[in-house]
Amino acid sequence: MDKTTEKLIWVAAEKLYKEILKKEVPMLDFPMRSLENVTYDKKKGFFEIGDRVVERSLSYNTIKTFAQTIRMMALSHEIVRKNDMATKREAYYVSKNWGEARFTEQPESDTIMDDIEAHFRINREKLGFIPEEKGGDIVGKLVVIDKDPNTGKDIRIDCTGFGTGAYSIPTDCEGLQYETKAKFILAIETAGMFQRLVKHNFYTTADCILISMGGVPTRACRRFIRRLADNHKLEVYAFVDGDPYGMTNIYRTLKVGSGNNAHLNKFFCVPQASYLGVTPQDIIDYKLKDATHPLEEVDIKRAKDALKNDPFIKSHKPWRDAINQMLTMGVRVEQQAFAKHGLNHVIEKYLPTKLKNTSKFLP
Amino acid sequence: MKRIRTKTMSKPKRKRASPGPNLSKAKKAAVRILVKNIPDPAVNGTKPPMEKIPPVPKEFVTEADKMAAKQRDISVSEFFLKNRHLLGFDNPKKALLTTIKEAVDNSLDACEEAKILPEILVEVKQLEQQDRFVVVVEDNGPGVVREQIPSIFGKLLYGSKFHSMKQSRGQQGIGISAAGMYGQLTTGVSTKITSRISRKKPAHYFEIQIDTAKNKPTILKDEIVNWKKPQGTRVQIELEAKYQKGPRSVEDYMRQTALANPHATLIFKGPDGTKDEYKSATRKLPTAPKEIKPHPHGVELGILMKMLKSSTSRRVSGFLAHDFARISSKTAAGICQQAGIDPEAKPTAIAHGEADKLYRAMNATKIMNPPTNCLSPIGEPALLAALKANVDADFYTAITRPPSVYRGNPFQIEVAAAYGGKMPMEELAQLLRLANRVPLLYQQSACATAKSVLQTAWKNYGIQQSKGALPTGPLMIAIHMASVWVPFTSESKEAVASYPEIIREIKLALQECGRRLDAYIRRGARDAEAKRKKDYIRSYLPHIGIGLREILGFKQTDEKKVLGLLTDILEKERA
Repeated sequence: MDKTTEKLIWVAAEKLYKEILKKEVPMLDFPMRSLENVTYDKKKGFFEIGDRVVERSLSYNTIKTFAQTIRMMALSHEIVRKNDMATKREAYYVSKNWGEARFTEQPESDTIMDDIEAHFRINREKLGFIPEEKGGDIVGKLVVIDKDPNTGKDIRIDCTGFGTGAYSIPTDCEGLQYETKAKFILAIETAGMFQRLVKHNFYTTADCILISMGGVPTRACRRFIRRLADNHKLEVYAFVDGDPYGMTNIYRTLKVGSGNNAHLNKFFCVPQASYLGVTPQDIIDYKLKDATHPLEEVDIKRAKDALKNDPFIKSHKPWRDAINQMLTMGVRVEQQAFAKHGLNHVIEKYLPTKLKNTSKFLP
Repeated sequence: MKRIRTKTMSKPKRKRASPGPNLSKAKKAAVRILVKNIPDPAVNGTKPPMEKIPPVPKEFVTEADKMAAKQRDISVSEFFLKNRHLLGFDNPKKALLTTIKEAVDNSLDACEEAKILPEILVEVKQLEQQDRFVVVVEDNGPGVVREQIPSIFGKLLYGSKFHSMKQSRGQQGIGISAAGMYGQLTTGVSTKITSRISRKKPAHYFEIQIDTAKNKPTILKDEIVNWKKPQGTRVQIELEAKYQKGPRSVEDYMRQTALANPHATLIFKGPDGTKDEYKSATRKLPTAPKEIKPHPHGVELGILMKMLKSSTSRRVSGFLAHDFARISSKTAAGICQQAGIDPEAKPTAIAHGEADKLYRAMNATKIMNPPTNCLSPIGEPALLAALKANVDADFYTAITRPPSVYRGNPFQIEVAAAYGGKMPMEELAQLLRLANRVPLLYQQSACATAKSVLQTAWKNYGIQQSKGALPTGPLMIAIHMASVWVPFTSESKEAVASYPEIIREIKLALQECGRRLDAYIRRGARDAEAKRKKDYIRSYLPHIGIGLREILGFKQTDEKKVLGLLTDILEKERA
């Protein structure tokens, strides 16, 4: 399948083997995976991993992770060589056969997997591991051209034809082709709001593609939106809760990628995205003051953290202003808050008003 | 009816002789009662003459006379029954223990005196009546000559150990005959004795009862028997008792006795089939304790008076120099001068007031501490050996303090401790208390040993301790006090009195013990940590080998090589 991955792993293993033969302490290095080691270039439009490296040399303290990393590399090597694949969960279960080196919980094996990805600077799909996470749901003016896994024939999928259901973004969207005449993509945080817009045919009235992200968008979701937007020169607007999580986690990850997996962000981000709402200013403009909730301690901490550490927020004044405004107001607002003015106020009033002036969206 | 003889009535002639015409009969009786109840360590218990009290003319009989007459009519059995709590027969459980204790003490003392390594068998059999037991104690000691057998086993307060200033077990002063009498009173069965003094001599078998009125042995059987033992003594007593396991049980006593007497081999057979064998942990007999003269700071006024009366010296100065330890003729002269007594005066002529002055002068004079070579501690090597033989632990230590003195009495403290092993982690430490090689099983909290343990800050040594409690952990502490005179808190002789000098010595020994324990626990913790780390590394290292082999496809031998190299690398790194 992928000769390069096989080779990469082999080279890394041989380096360790040679170190051991020379009676040197074997060492693996990993790019530091945190916001601290991320750079943001407005022109490039996504988070890039910095130069800071964590060296993991074999010692009493590191031996467990060290052993697990090597066994995980061996597993990846075997999967790739046999042209197979394993879900993250399956990989976790494979480790159950490793005796003392087994993982007790899946997050442990996921972390090791992320380490290996970062070490080789390739994504986990190339290592033969695939996530189980749902990519997100799509309804709207879009035809996805996929291939039948058995016959290899093209399949045309009309994303308006799912009735009350939706098209599900696959984990690997690299082979997909798109046909669309929509004007933009609307990425929505909650499934509830997505349902309301689908129910009332918003994609027809607004001539768009609706995507339900279900919280922080997965890699697959980001990749899907990115390819679609790139291929058809579509604008991407995000409609999320007006709180620190919606802004600095959901939207920020959609637009520039995650801090934790910055080595992959080049492909897994949507730099053309902009922020429709809900903004703190909307609370005033749409008279939502009595439909807000006070910011909790975690919200305040998250907001202040972003102002201080998030390279993306730091480099965009409108974002700094918006977050400061929210902190001053001391409240957060949800997408559903518009129901205060009537259930369909969001469709009839808020979104159309907002969409008339997309240049005012937050970057 | 004859009066009983108690250990305090050692000068019966003087006491029984009329104290003088100016003293009323009542007063005389009172004096006698008083004297009777004072323990007297300075005189030995010779047999009192059993003479009659001269009859009082009828016209002078008063209430006081009647009372005095009543006072004389106490029989041995009555005395015994009324004072059984003092003698260790308070209840059936304790009676069993005391009976065994007395017999074993006798055996150990006899063996030591005869320089024989003791081998003692203790057997307890339950009879058909649930509360009846037969106790058999058999030793390999020197045996008892035929003529003395009845007196030793059939007469209360007959013995050789009373009040000598010498470290000995049997200060109890009631001996095996009291146990025999308890048996006789509760079951009516006589004490059975077999004894043989030499391979060349026959074994004698006696069945003896005590004439409780006369305190005299009644011989029911006296015959020569075949006995496989070349020498030794076997005592059999039937008594009402209760056999119970656990703390303060016979087993407990046997175990502690074995610990306190590492030279002895002890075998215990219980009524339920229990068989405990304690092999001697050392072949070395304890050094025989020496008898010393009393130290002037250790005697009380009453004893001083008695010593004066019984002295063979012709002058007080000579009496002081001769009958006491550490008094030179110069010191004696100084004492006499301070007391305002003529050094040439006859000791027997010293009146009460003068004796008091003498007593004060003696105590006010600085006198060298008594000789301490009279003590026979168990010793660190023997204690350690005994501890290792009897306690399953990971760490053992023993400390013998240098001899010290309290109130003119030489004493020596020893502390032994065992830690770890199968002892429970969460329970209070076990405390074994020993006085002159005899386990003390009752009244722990009143004992100077327990107080010293409580007052020691065990937390400083890495051992848990709740406020006002014994330390907690897998710990056993044994404290031995050897002394020519162990001060007990009461007649029952179950707890050592808390003299500051004694507490101080015990605490010093405990602190040393604590320091050693601390060092061990720390070392243990360090070793355990190192081992844990090593094991941890060993459990993951193979996976590095496996992973590399799977990727690089090398041979099993290469994998082994990798493993060896990795072990070296990590070990070097950690060192």
